[in-house]
Amino acid sequence: MTEPGPQPIDEDLKAEQERRLAEVWATPRGWRYWSAVNNSEVGIWYMMTAFGFMLFAGVLGLLIRVQLAVPENDFLSADTYNQVFTLHGTAMMFLFAVPIFEAVAILLLPALLGARDLPFPRLSAFGYWCFLIGGVFVCGSIFFDAAPSGGWFMYPPLSTRDGGIGADIWLLGLSFIEVASIAAAVELIVGVLKCRPPGMHLNLTPLYGWYVLIVGAMILFAFPPLIAGDLLFELERAFDWPFFDVSRGGDPLLWQHLFWIFGHPEVYIVFLPSIAMLAMLVPTFAQRPIAGYSWIVLSAIGTGFISFGLWVHHMFTTGLPSISLGFFSAASEAVAIPTGIQIFVFIATIMLGKVVRSVPMLYALGALAIFVAGGLTGVMVAVAPFDFQAHDSYFVVAHLHYTLFGGMLFPLVAGLYYYFPIATGYMLSHRLGIWSFWLMFAGFNIAFLPMHLTGLLGMPRRVFTYAADLGWNELNMTSSVGAFIFAAGFLVFVYDVLRPKGERDRAKRNPWNGGTVEWVLNMPPEPWGARCVPKIESRYPLWDDPDYIRKYDEGRFYLPDAVEGKRETITTTVLDAKPVQCLRVAGPTWITHVAAATLAGVFIFATFHWWQLTILSGAASLAAVLYWLWTGTARHPEKDEKDIGLGVTVPLYVSGSSSTGWWAMFITMTGDLTAFLGLVFGYFFFWTIHPDFPPAEIPGPGWIWPLTAFLLLGASWALTIGARSWNRAGRRLAARLALVAGPLLAVAGIAALAAGPYSHNMDPTLHSYPAIVWALVLWAGAHTAAGIVMQLYCLAGSLAGKLTPKYDADICNVTLYWHFHGFTILVTTLIIGGFPLVS
Amino acid sequence: MSLAARFRARLHFSGNHYAPDRFNQRGYSFLLMLAADLGNGKHRSCFAASFRLVCLLLPAGAAGCSLPQSTFENAGVQSEEVTHLFWILAVGAVVTWLLVMGTAIAATLHLFGKPSERAVNTFIIGAGMVVPTIVLAVLLSMGLTLLPSWGEDPERLKIRVHGEQWWWRVQYQPASGPGTVSANEIHMPAGEPVEFVLTSADVIHSFWIPAIGGKMDMIPGRETRLLLEAKKPGVYRGVCAEYCGTSHALMAFAVVVHPPEEFEAWLEKEGRPADVPREQRGAQLFLSSGCSSCHRIAGFADKGEVGPDLTHVGARRTIGAGIAKNTQGNLINWIADPKSMKPAAGMPSYDMLSNEELADLAGFLQALR
Repeated sequence: MTEPGPQPIDEDLKAEQERRLAEVWATPRGWRYWSAVNNSEVGIWYMMTAFGFMLFAGVLGLLIRVQLAVPENDFLSADTYNQVFTLHGTAMMFLFAVPIFEAVAILLLPALLGARDLPFPRLSAFGYWCFLIGGVFVCGSIFFDAAPSGGWFMYPPLSTRDGGIGADIWLLGLSFIEVASIAAAVELIVGVLKCRPPGMHLNLTPLYGWYVLIVGAMILFAFPPLIAGDLLFELERAFDWPFFDVSRGGDPLLWQHLFWIFGHPEVYIVFLPSIAMLAMLVPTFAQRPIAGYSWIVLSAIGTGFISFGLWVHHMFTTGLPSISLGFFSAASEAVAIPTGIQIFVFIATIMLGKVVRSVPMLYALGALAIFVAGGLTGVMVAVAPFDFQAHDSYFVVAHLHYTLFGGMLFPLVAGLYYYFPIATGYMLSHRLGIWSFWLMFAGFNIAFLPMHLTGLLGMPRRVFTYAADLGWNELNMTSSVGAFIFAAGFLVFVYDVLRPKGERDRAKRNPWNGGTVEWVLNMPPEPWGARCVPKIESRYPLWDDPDYIRKYDEGRFYLPDAVEGKRETITTTVLDAKPVQCLRVAGPTWITHVAAATLAGVFIFATFHWWQLTILSGAASLAAVLYWLWTGTARHPEKDEKDIGLGVTVPLYVSGSSSTGWWAMFITMTGDLTAFLGLVFGYFFFWTIHPDFPPAEIPGPGWIWPLTAFLLLGASWALTIGARSWNRAGRRLAARLALVAGPLLAVAGIAALAAGPYSHNMDPTLHSYPAIVWALVLWAGAHTAAGIVMQLYCLAGSLAGKLTPKYDADICNVTLYWHFHGFTILVTTLIIGGFPLVS
Repeated sequence: MSLAARFRARLHFSGNHYAPDRFNQRGYSFLLMLAADLGNGKHRSCFAASFRLVCLLLPAGAAGCSLPQSTFENAGVQSEEVTHLFWILAVGAVVTWLLVMGTAIAATLHLFGKPSERAVNTFIIGAGMVVPTIVLAVLLSMGLTLLPSWGEDPERLKIRVHGEQWWWRVQYQPASGPGTVSANEIHMPAGEPVEFVLTSADVIHSFWIPAIGGKMDMIPGRETRLLLEAKKPGVYRGVCAEYCGTSHALMAFAVVVHPPEEFEAWLEKEGRPADVPREQRGAQLFLSSGCSSCHRIAGFADKGEVGPDLTHVGARRTIGAGIAKNTQGNLINWIADPKSMKPAAGMPSYDMLSNEELADLAGFLQALR
């Protein structure tokens, strides 16, 4: 089928276009290679690093199995063992399971969306460097015998009483990495919402895109409560603010709630992206479209939603009332339904198609076998009375490894075999794939199946030794042997990935005969990503249009050229993907490294309580970020519009809700607001557990100062909105005056906010009430400070001619920040000033 | 000698951990024989191994293959209910797994021919939604009926257990009569519900007697409750299930289930001051070495409140909170260097005492029955 009257392609023009694209998107060479920000480089680094941490954590897992192979073993001392299992869980969860999702998504998403890059390449690079530094810091601690030893969920008071710096390394190191996770989530959500190719209506989005969207949103709502918890925890450890100390009105269960509000969605944050891999590869190997696209999308959304209502099942044995047990028991079982639907959609797709046997399919079936088993034991432990026995025993250890291996690792490896050509241009070995699969599958089951029984025979988790006469010896030895068989299988896989290029097969174009748009890519892939940004009219364009690859190669879609020598991709509308803007993305830079290193300094110096250095590093980090924003974002284009091909002309500069920056701000602030609500949850949690809260004998901040603070900060907020309107209307002087008065009022607002608790002598170390009030004030004050910096940034922009009536993206984004911040201030002042009046 | 090596040497010297002798030779899978031999060098016959395998798989846990810390022991009403629930859940899970995997493999092998889209949609709705909804609803209601029913019952025996790193403070409070202080061992009557009132001194612990029933956390600042009813008299083993620091693995206790009348007698005896052999050199050492500033022996040294009560320590089955048999040798090792048996234990070492003094002290403690 040919288009009506296609122009014969001009070979010279085509070669010239490709030369220009290659020049613009060239990866830096030599040591400058590390300044690259393109998704294909950063994605590979991210993956290699995440797998590096995984191997490290895997070795820790093997140490655990050596220790437990025989009873009364003295291979590791008690303290070393406790550090080892804590770091094993911590690294696997925070340094592998979540980052690998970000890594794979950063690497693949542009290809799946036919885009050249993600909207904020430097943000991805920044996130990567944060991840690398933070991960090395956390993992390295074990070599100095200073690793955290409180278990990966760090329950207080055990971890608040811990005298070493292990717990601080955990709290600050991981908070730092969580920042990177949230940065990646923002990048990926905006990527899916705004960078889909023209024509890719939301319901034509590849399923992986849907899952990225869902998981990104879950990260946004799940990680912030943990960050709020980390903040409270570190305030208690560093400054003795008693949030979890019962002798001063705190409660250790507050941490458990905040942790598991994060921790349970986390399981699905880890699991859904891997299911997304299956959703991409199952149709390819069944050689037909997915059966029930809507079913799988709706059930993935359902899983994500319900996963936020289950956290209490980690706390079934904390003495909750039966009504809570019943509710969370029901919710925990309900989540099995949408999860099951996704699995049955895969099986249905296979039923309807003709399966091509391949290594990815083998891994997919192995994943199914393991994950279904893990899901079924999950249903068992969701029944509260059974959980009373199984909880904190090896049964749970077995259950969680079944869900994570079956729901995450095996599908991930399936996806790696499937997508390896897109990342490298080479195929992985079929023969080695079969070997690694069977070794890993057998080893895994030999290691973890017996643990169900070990647990029911009474073995608690996290024990460094056990007596010989309890009937666990043979089971433990079997598990240890299985762990090493699994490790052997994994090493075969690692060898396959890393072996010299000379030994392996080059991939041919579309090696698996896939139907989705990423397989249009040339093999080996070019640094520019898409030759041109394709036009999408169906879910499987390569199956539906046999000429698709030819048209693509001839540059017959959008943006086939880079005439102005800029890195360009297209942004589209959120729902129906109509072209909105020709987005120019940033190229290689070192500023991301400076920003990441100085921000790392803040967290690392704080771990050792070197406060001067912390402040210095924080100031340097702020300066680096401002320099980055000033030089790299919202640049004025040399012309207003650009013809992107196929008769479409779009602007080069947009602001407000059409721009990617606005969306990034919106999404970031949604996460930020969630963290704030985590603190608010803390306040009301104390209210529920204390008969009188706020306690009558402890002074509150009164209502006058909070009200004053609200009025001052509200005025600053109004002036920011005014500045945006006046600037747009061309009344630059009014806008500038507003941007001078706004920060002044905001400074006064911070002072008024602090004056409430300060003037009433509220001592945060005295009781949980003053502590949580101060925590809210601290949060609001720090956010006001950030808001002031933003107002001054816009003022400077206006004075320097960067912010003009026409180019006003900065002030639009800052106003959006102040909308969220205004809400934060309203809630903060109402709670600290108003709630004591009514309670 | 490193701490770890000393620890191992002590454990080795101290012989078996606490357990009645009949539990000692054990193994239940001939498939695991080789691994077991590598593990502890004990030999077992294939016959014995396969016999164990069979009896392990029997729900009731047939006589002769009981394990003191197994949930299959069914020594309590609660554990028996959960074991029954477990078998229903486990069989259901295995059947479901076989069905799902069978369908998936059959689909891969094209055994379903070429079904219509409509049939496949019905399959997704049926297998993915309808069946699980029904099954899960049934499971949920089964689970909910087994939740503990709390009513106050003033007649009930209350046992207060207070977790500390890494031992247990125990206090018996019968419906009438004075309370009795004890430590690191739980005695309970068979056939009578007992209310455990659980608290913690320092970090979160969890009180778990797998053979009798489920666990309950001990949380600083809170009082949690656990209702257990033992059925079979015997000796079992309880542990701390929530990770609580360095020696979490070494925080256990013996559980003795008595026939009811025997329990009354035991409690009456436990409440009396010990018959202290005051003339022994060990008794003097107990006072002069400072033991009494932490440990209480009712009627002899009443001040000590920091460590476990030792009034009837000689009658207990284990020392060090369930980690070693109560023998003179183990007691000597413990007093000389507790941290070698339990890393980071709170008790200081008494290795400045001579061997004879240690023996005297241990002998004195063993006499406290």
